Amino acid sequence: MQNLPATHRLTGNRRPNRGDRAFRSVALACGLAVLIILGLIAFTSTNKAWPAFSKEGLGFVFSDNWAPNEKHFGALALVFGTILSAAIALLLAVPVSVGIALFVTEIAPPRVARIVTSVVDLLAAVPSVVYGLWAMLALAPNIVGLYTRIGSATKSIPILSAIFGGQAQGYSLTTASIVLAIMITPIITSLAREALATVPPSDKAGALALGATQWEAIRVAVFPKARGGLVAAVLLGLGRAMGETIAVAMVIGSSPQITSHIFSPSATLAGTVASQFGEASGTHRAALIGLGVVLFGITIVVNSAARMLVARADRALAA
Amino acid sequence: MTPLAQSRVGRSRKARNFAAVAWMVGAVLVAFIPLLFIIVHVVQKGLGVVLRSFPHFLNDALPLITTNAGGGIRPAIMGTLLMTGAAAAMAIPLGVMGSIYLNEYGRDGRFARILRFFAEVMSGVPSIVMGLFIYTIYTLQKGWTGFGGSLALACLMLPIVIRSSEEMLRLVPNELRQASLALGCPQWRTILSVVMPAAAPGIISGSMLAIARAAGETAPLLFTIGIVSRTNFDLFHGPNTALSQQIYTNAFAGPFPGPQERAWGSALTLIAIVMLCSVVARVVAARFTKVQQS
Repeated sequence: MQNLPATHRLTGNRRPNRGDRAFRSVALACGLAVLIILGLIAFTSTNKAWPAFSKEGLGFVFSDNWAPNEKHFGALALVFGTILSAAIALLLAVPVSVGIALFVTEIAPPRVARIVTSVVDLLAAVPSVVYGLWAMLALAPNIVGLYTRIGSATKSIPILSAIFGGQAQGYSLTTASIVLAIMITPIITSLAREALATVPPSDKAGALALGATQWEAIRVAVFPKARGGLVAAVLLGLGRAMGETIAVAMVIGSSPQITSHIFSPSATLAGTVASQFGEASGTHRAALIGLGVVLFGITIVVNSAARMLVARADRALAA
Repeated sequence: MTPLAQSRVGRSRKARNFAAVAWMVGAVLVAFIPLLFIIVHVVQKGLGVVLRSFPHFLNDALPLITTNAGGGIRPAIMGTLLMTGAAAAMAIPLGVMGSIYLNEYGRDGRFARILRFFAEVMSGVPSIVMGLFIYTIYTLQKGWTGFGGSLALACLMLPIVIRSSEEMLRLVPNELRQASLALGCPQWRTILSVVMPAAAPGIISGSMLAIARAAGETAPLLFTIGIVSRTNFDLFHGPNTALSQQIYTNAFAGPFPGPQERAWGSALTLIAIVMLCSVVARVVAARFTKVQQS
């Protein structure tokens, strides 16, 4: 943040300028658009979803009976699918992303770091529908063999058989998680990179000078200072994974169920809105808008938490 | 690491260090694999479709029935360009002015901090929520139009533009502002004629990235634009279509060669458009850093 005491004194001494006041108001109005849009989203969507909310009450989120044909709208299985698919995606993406971020900031020569960074940014530029198309037509049909093999290999192991067992399908929760992992890796990587870059190089140099290995220097000098930023990066990746719609709708199999079998089809909040909205009407349509409201609420909470963490980490670093 | 330091490091510490470095290098390789798979696959499947009887695939109307073979994707290309363009025309001026408020007027004030926080939170709101929002406030009254899609895309772009523009405005040295003010220039003219030109390349680059992001989006269009098989240049009347939407609907059209080919061809075209925007952004940004350094 920059301070502008000199400038403020200069403008402060002037007669209030009409052009200035007008320009400032226009700029302010444009900035306010953000607050207005967010407020309108919350208000109008809740309003349109009200028929479903008032019919189901708290059961809208806490009951797991999603049967539009029988006019039952309990989204618990969808919330479950959303959280589980995002969690597995994080499990896959976080080690890779943090690894890349460390590679780029700590050990790679600048030229190599630049190339790696732009390739990872390229991953972010691929539209989600293209990931979905690839996963739907190329990944899902081929990966089901691997699922089956893992399933039969873990058949007699108690906990693993509950996770990997059941009828393995290509269009499943795990396939969705793999696609999500590919999609959130660039986001987590770039945020983790920023977090690591805020650590003063002298901290690490000190550890190295005391005889630490690269890894020890990273563990004792870099990680503790970057922790807030790294956690925020993971949270923002989580928010993105939970909100991703199209790629998930194309591979998850769209069948809401609460099960421990991760190779079975599932459904998410966003994916269900995308795949059912076309043929929905009346209360069903209201319920789908309601799913959007629930998703909006969840992502606002996750994102706010992440931003507060970043702000706190920044303040700690400044102090 | 000097040889002296290395000689004093015990074997298990060395092994652990090696494992950590292997993890980092491995992570980079693991991330490259899917990108390679996807790009190769899309080019393999799509290039033949686009080049066969060139330029008919890019220049013909869509077939009336999705499962049919033949036809082109011109309506979708035009739809993507028109809707993204209209979204940019709304979101970029709004976003840039918003960032001017944040960086030039609001600064570290309480209100500006709140606004900044919500702009960041808004950039994490899922695009499908934006689509539902525009459906409820616009599409329900006006029906399916390209403009509804533009509005949803604009909502998506706005926070991205605000954040990237503010970063760029922050990079403009204060001496420039002070010099201009000292010459008696009012603040609004200082901003428009001194600060903005200095930050322009960075703002353009950030905006191009926002455009690239919006051009590839599908979810905001699902409920707002309908679908059409002929090019619709009128954003305000009648349904429209887009490349991303064509990929989505054709992928779900079943195991027929016609729609699958159309999906791959559209995917390649969409990637080309998005990459073009990203490359332009990167080139402009690279020139900007060079100017800054000189």
